Amino acid sequence: METLYLIFIDPFVQMVVEPAFLVEVLIGGLTSGVMYSLVALGFVLIFKASGIFNFAQGIFVLFAALNFVGLMDLGVHPILAFIITIGIMTALAFAVDRLVLRPLVNQDPIILFMATIGIAFFLEGFGETLWGGDVRPVRVGIPDAALFWQLGFGEILVQSADLFAGVIAAFLVTVLALFFHFTPVGRALRAVADDHQAALSVGIPLNNIWVIVWAVAGFVALAAGIMWGAKLGVQFALSTIALKALPVLILGGFTSIPGAIIGGLIVGAGEKLFENYWGVPLLEGATEDWFAYIVAMIFLFFRPQGLFGEKIIERV
Amino acid sequence: MLYREAGQFKTSYSADQAMLTIPLDRWFVFALAAFATVGVPLLASEYLMVSILIPVLILSIAALGLNILTGYCGQLSLGTGAFMAAGAYLAYKIATNITWLPIWVVIPLAGLCAAAIGIAFGLPSLRIKGFYLAVATLAAQFFLLWLFVKVPWFVNNSISGVPPAPPRSVFGFQVTGAAAGNEAKYLFVLAFVIALAWIARNMARSRIGRSWMAIRDMDIAAELVGIRPLPTKLSAFAVSSFYCGVAGALWAMCYINTVEPTAFDINRSFQVLFMVIVGGLGSVLGSFLGAAFIFLLPIFLNSAPGWIGYSVASDTITHIEFMLFGVLIIFFLIVEPHGLARLWQIAKEKLRLWPFPY
Repeated sequence: METLYLIFIDPFVQMVVEPAFLVEVLIGGLTSGVMYSLVALGFVLIFKASGIFNFAQGIFVLFAALNFVGLMDLGVHPILAFIITIGIMTALAFAVDRLVLRPLVNQDPIILFMATIGIAFFLEGFGETLWGGDVRPVRVGIPDAALFWQLGFGEILVQSADLFAGVIAAFLVTVLALFFHFTPVGRALRAVADDHQAALSVGIPLNNIWVIVWAVAGFVALAAGIMWGAKLGVQFALSTIALKALPVLILGGFTSIPGAIIGGLIVGAGEKLFENYWGVPLLEGATEDWFAYIVAMIFLFFRPQGLFGEKIIERV
Repeated sequence: MLYREAGQFKTSYSADQAMLTIPLDRWFVFALAAFATVGVPLLASEYLMVSILIPVLILSIAALGLNILTGYCGQLSLGTGAFMAAGAYLAYKIATNITWLPIWVVIPLAGLCAAAIGIAFGLPSLRIKGFYLAVATLAAQFFLLWLFVKVPWFVNNSISGVPPAPPRSVFGFQVTGAAAGNEAKYLFVLAFVIALAWIARNMARSRIGRSWMAIRDMDIAAELVGIRPLPTKLSAFAVSSFYCGVAGALWAMCYINTVEPTAFDINRSFQVLFMVIVGGLGSVLGSFLGAAFIFLLPIFLNSAPGWIGYSVASDTITHIEFMLFGVLIIFFLIVEPHGLARLWQIAKEKLRLWPFPY
């Protein structure tokens, strides 16, 4: 009885009694959710265009951030560092396409997936060799102050950096949406995503498209990396946090950009709520490690294509 | 090889069904097993036995387990570490609570428990495949490790949370725990390796293995020819988790001598996955080659600069190791998707014809 009360009634009572805390938890969850979304966005871009599940996207985030911070530490102006890093990520996209994807063309998706695990390991070692394994703070002038908001039911604490991250994410999604809908390259990308062969037959150069997609994913990774770095410092723990983008994708669907964003927000908010209201009082905490995965796994039973994904149809 | 198949006829069905049909092959394998059992304990140094042979043999069992799931049945798993942890923690729990049970029963029992857990996490495999499944197994990885760390029941409420392996004996020789003799430990592990490898080899070429491979190659077609996907996939999960559980139990009992969660984190899962890819997907021999290769490579990298009188910082080595692993994975996937096992086969075929090209 006691346990049932703690599971089903007490958390909700707490939420109603202390709405300010609830809002704080929610905001904290949503901001980390934005980060998951950004990583997941990179996954979706690549998956849509080439059907490759890029396990290395998390490392891309880290690698981009490492390059950016490393260049800034060398005294390069942030904007210049940003541009150089975009260049590096494009070069990386090109290298991945030529050295890994091209030779593996027409292989099973699972083989390509394992190849991206190889890319992930290579980049992790490469990034550390280049820039060392220390935690590096990012200082790009993102305002970092604690704001106190006065709401009807009490005062809540908000980090301005979190708000900033949210704005950037929204901006990025808008830009990508515009890019996909109103530019020739974007249209070509969507065409390739729909049907490779049809796209080829109307003269879309598939090879370049793949490089472009990987470069765009690299750009998204850079944006995610900078914001993540501003919050936590650029460190190798980022790559394990980035693994959380996988359950986000399952929730949102592998082929849907809005799905990636909404999935990320759901996972971020859900795991914070669960941790604070159920995890800490009942399960001794640290439930954030697995909550997202278990939710994703349960989700897989009922809706394997995710919230917004295309229905999986198999043909012999 | 130095011998040819030509002229070696089979005259009975049992000879035709034998695991190794060529007598010389058979003698070679018997000789190898005999050498591993008798020669190695007499000849090998303590370092070789404790720091190399025992872990490589245990990891080979884990690689065999993952190979059954990924190589034979085509279901990708990133949760190997968790299933090993399940074996380790449950072996500890069983061994300390049912003290009269001999250790050689405890470890397979722990494997069976791991198999049950594996089936639970394999259930989604009916509806999903490929990387979707990888995420489901990641759930196992993170959830199970959290469970074992947070629930003190598994370690009998030990205060440190990292209890030492209980000392147990077989035929009067202590085989587990820190005080056990190296030879005894080695032979204990070896017995499991030989038995499990033999079973795996036979499963792979029998009905169950064939149905796994049919599911791997094309699941819908397999279903149409009458292979039921649910029992087939779940049996692969069960057998694979059993192997991983046994490997985890041996790892905790005979190698690191403690039951600790860090030994089974996600890096272990990746390590075993790499062993399978490098060794050869869908090959029993490959599991051994891959395990030895991936385990020895870092050791080689650490000591190689010393041999040529050159010293490198240890973190640089770790980074180079990561890069090398990544490159090797991609290299093997592109050049030789069937791994070291296939290279060995090619070498054998070349040698058979040597010195002629064909």
